[in-house]
Amino acid sequence: MPATRRKHVVVVGNGMVGQRFVETLRQRDTGGRFSITVVGEEPRRAYDRVALSSYFDGVSAAELDLVAAGTYDSPHATLHLDESVAAIDRAASTVTTSRGRTLDYDVLVLATGSYPFVPPVPGRDLDGCFVYRTLDDLDAIRAAAAAAAEHTRGRRAGLVVGGGLLGLEAARALRLLGMSPHVVELAPRLMPLQVDEPGGAVLRRLIERLGVTVHTATSVAAVEPSGGRLLATLANGTELDLDVVVFSAGIRPRDQLARECGLAVGPRGGVAVDARCRTTDESIYAIGECAVVDGHVYGLVAPGYDMASVVAEQLLGRDATFTGADLSTKLKLLGVDVASFGDALAATAGALEVRVENAVENTYAKIVVSDDASTLLGGILVGDASRYAALRPLVGRRLPADPVAMIAPTGGVDLDAGALPREAQICSCNDVSKGAILDSIVEHGLTDVAGIKACTRAGTTCGSCVALLKPLLAEAGVEVGTGLCEHFDVTRAELFEIARSQRIGTFTELVQRHGRGRGCDTCKPAVASILASLGHGYVLDGEQAALQDTNDHFLANLQKNGTYSVVPRVPGGEITPEKLIVIGEVARDFGLYVKITGGQRVDLFGARVEQLPLIWRRLVDAGMESGHAYGKAMRTVKSCVGSTWCRYGVQDSAGLAIDLELRYRGIRGPHKIKAGVSGCARECAEAQGKDIGVIATDAGWNLYVGGNGGARPRHADLFLTSVDTRTLVRAIDRFIMFYVRTADRLQRTSTWVESLSADGQDGLAYLRGVLVDDSLGICAELDAAMESHVAHYSDEWADTLADPERLRRFVSFVNAPEVPDPSIQWAPERGQIKPLIAGPTLEVVS
Amino acid sequence: MRTVEAVEAAKAMETDVWDSVCGSRDLPVERGVAALLGDVQVAIFRTYDGALFAVGNQDPFTGAFVLSRGIVGSRGETPTVASPLHKQVFDLRTGRCLDSDGVVIPTYPVRERDGYVEVHVGTEAGRASR
Repeated sequence: MPATRRKHVVVVGNGMVGQRFVETLRQRDTGGRFSITVVGEEPRRAYDRVALSSYFDGVSAAELDLVAAGTYDSPHATLHLDESVAAIDRAASTVTTSRGRTLDYDVLVLATGSYPFVPPVPGRDLDGCFVYRTLDDLDAIRAAAAAAAEHTRGRRAGLVVGGGLLGLEAARALRLLGMSPHVVELAPRLMPLQVDEPGGAVLRRLIERLGVTVHTATSVAAVEPSGGRLLATLANGTELDLDVVVFSAGIRPRDQLARECGLAVGPRGGVAVDARCRTTDESIYAIGECAVVDGHVYGLVAPGYDMASVVAEQLLGRDATFTGADLSTKLKLLGVDVASFGDALAATAGALEVRVENAVENTYAKIVVSDDASTLLGGILVGDASRYAALRPLVGRRLPADPVAMIAPTGGVDLDAGALPREAQICSCNDVSKGAILDSIVEHGLTDVAGIKACTRAGTTCGSCVALLKPLLAEAGVEVGTGLCEHFDVTRAELFEIARSQRIGTFTELVQRHGRGRGCDTCKPAVASILASLGHGYVLDGEQAALQDTNDHFLANLQKNGTYSVVPRVPGGEITPEKLIVIGEVARDFGLYVKITGGQRVDLFGARVEQLPLIWRRLVDAGMESGHAYGKAMRTVKSCVGSTWCRYGVQDSAGLAIDLELRYRGIRGPHKIKAGVSGCARECAEAQGKDIGVIATDAGWNLYVGGNGGARPRHADLFLTSVDTRTLVRAIDRFIMFYVRTADRLQRTSTWVESLSADGQDGLAYLRGVLVDDSLGICAELDAAMESHVAHYSDEWADTLADPERLRRFVSFVNAPEVPDPSIQWAPERGQIKPLIAGPTLEVVS
Repeated sequence: MRTVEAVEAAKAMETDVWDSVCGSRDLPVERGVAALLGDVQVAIFRTYDGALFAVGNQDPFTGAFVLSRGIVGSRGETPTVASPLHKQVFDLRTGRCLDSDGVVIPTYPVRERDGYVEVHVGTEAGRASR
């Protein structure tokens, strides 16, 4: 206990910034010098206002809660909710609250935030008109939307007044409530503060494509009641029939308390503070949206957090100043990427702009450079903001490349951290410079990105700079190993060769002879996959069981609430009515959520571990088997119906797909493997988007390899033309086995094929050499490996059900095997279940 | 035994509320099990060297009760388990998350007696796990 009395800090407001201040001070106040009392007006403690619209997207109020566990458990931190501060008595150093409480303070921190600005539109107070600020506002909007559903036939509509960042968030919220949103913006474009005219046009197209109607360069003239609904008339004469109107046209600082006790306020409102966030009374500070610093009110949370830190530092006797904020933003609005950084609107005298607009893809990129084209000043990205991480740290720096190349969609230069000077900020969320990262790599002997994150906090908040961290390791002289992880210095492919040539059959032998430690979630599943490929039997026997990811361990797919999903194999997407009925009956009897997959199968969600064997007993009895949806394994061979039924089909694609799927089922690899077979050039099976794609021709089959869907789509490359079925199958055999042997962990065939290029020869030509011309002399080995796989395949689920020892793991609790996990809860949605999630429970200790 | 562990164990023995959760053979090497003790869920692990560890079963990043199903391994000298959801790694000895500063999960005393694995979930620990 400190000898002196603790100083009492009273914080007015429990919003995001007020709460951050409390947590920061508590963490850094290691000497126990302060006690804190917080008075919050809302009935809820601090929550994530930035993510407010997600409240309509299934995120609960509890999940939006921001208060670190334990913050108010101490006797030195008290939170009064549903109570506001009514007055400040500076002479007595006290505040009085709405409940008549009087609190003495040594230090007073105003974090009262802002209120929404509502333009003086006639009718703005009618029922059905709302602001968008608190969870209570959202509850009221939701109630109005529900009430509207009772009397409005057809689609309900809502109007958002304000097309800025918050307005578009509000539009998202209305959309999530099932309404057709309209957005009215006074400026000629959306997000006028962040985006320029052409960027705004692209943004508008993207937003309108999502069903939002945009009205720019106009305002709301009046709102009036009309037959139980609302009628809004815009200044341009447009009339809109509406169910709700949401005002989201900017914010105003809440400075009334400060005005009433005689503190200075800004000319346009806001508690006036200096760079130390101190008001004209030296024991009173103001932070966040209620403060005006140097004429600016900051409506973003990051500057508010900076101010919170500045005040905490002052109280602890260290000097800190708020030097203005980086207003750069990168966000996804309604799923649309928008980023704006530095002098985005080219306000600097003589600034030059370089723009690349792609009206086909609806992307827009602009950078602003100094009058001599030497320095980057800012930029705007709409539709694709992937270059934000690389561009933002360059603001104020010399351009490392031709400006057009820096934003060219393809063929441009790759920007990386190497181009940046030491003082450039890499992580803006946590204010970490390139120099600080380089120093910390050297000082702490860091060897990987995880180490940088843990040591410097760079990349731990929004994650947009993570891509820049790895190159910094190389720049600091760290040899970025191609090793799997800290336990193995060799790649997956090398490990495969070691295990194969030395006939090593266990992880323990492998790690003791060729690695160190006891492995991790990277190398263990990789070794499990290698051992499975080398034919070391059932994936869950003996030591192999401990290597598997939970999916492979329970032969099912883990979902976010700890339950699993079940996918029986449906080869080629062909299924008998009897099997389909059994799947339906199983789903009904176990109360599972049912979703048809993209791979022409049925996914059953919500199974608890102890239910998996019961579910599979019935599926196996009905003649079904594992679909390996849980594994880095052969998944599906998708097909169209083919020449048997289709007027256009030229080959029996469904028949071939079934044969291929049955041949390759159960193969485990570096990553999942998907295939497709189309019966004609119309390509209904989308085979060119698969690792292995087959398309029928009049004379046989064309084989394509290395395609991919997902996050990095790639069309497959034509590998063989019009070959017969036997030649086709042999080529696929070899392709799969060569991939299994030589690819990196989690490398799909698309990047693997590209990685095979060398010496001016492209990967495909090399692959043709190996697999067709046998340039490495390994084709016989590859063929034998595949024959062995086909001969030894057996269904993992049937094997599991037949073995009591293997079934032992399928219990909820080792000491209460029949008791269902009480944390698993469901809510109804569209006639099925959906998981109710407890949400994060982060227990942060200092 | 380190001092902290010794004190913890001594405290636990005083109050004498060890729960037997399973037979020794039900706890394989490097593959966890979950146990339900009152309303507290505990994840119990046996590492390769034979040591036992017990931590809260709830993944603090998602709220799901799944840590017993994570992959057990090591980081440097530290015995670890990785969350099966998003792979954050926790120190089995202290409950500290090695990938995210300041995040910690509860730990519980665990021992093996007469062929049974026993866990001590005291009131302190019970509160910590919520």
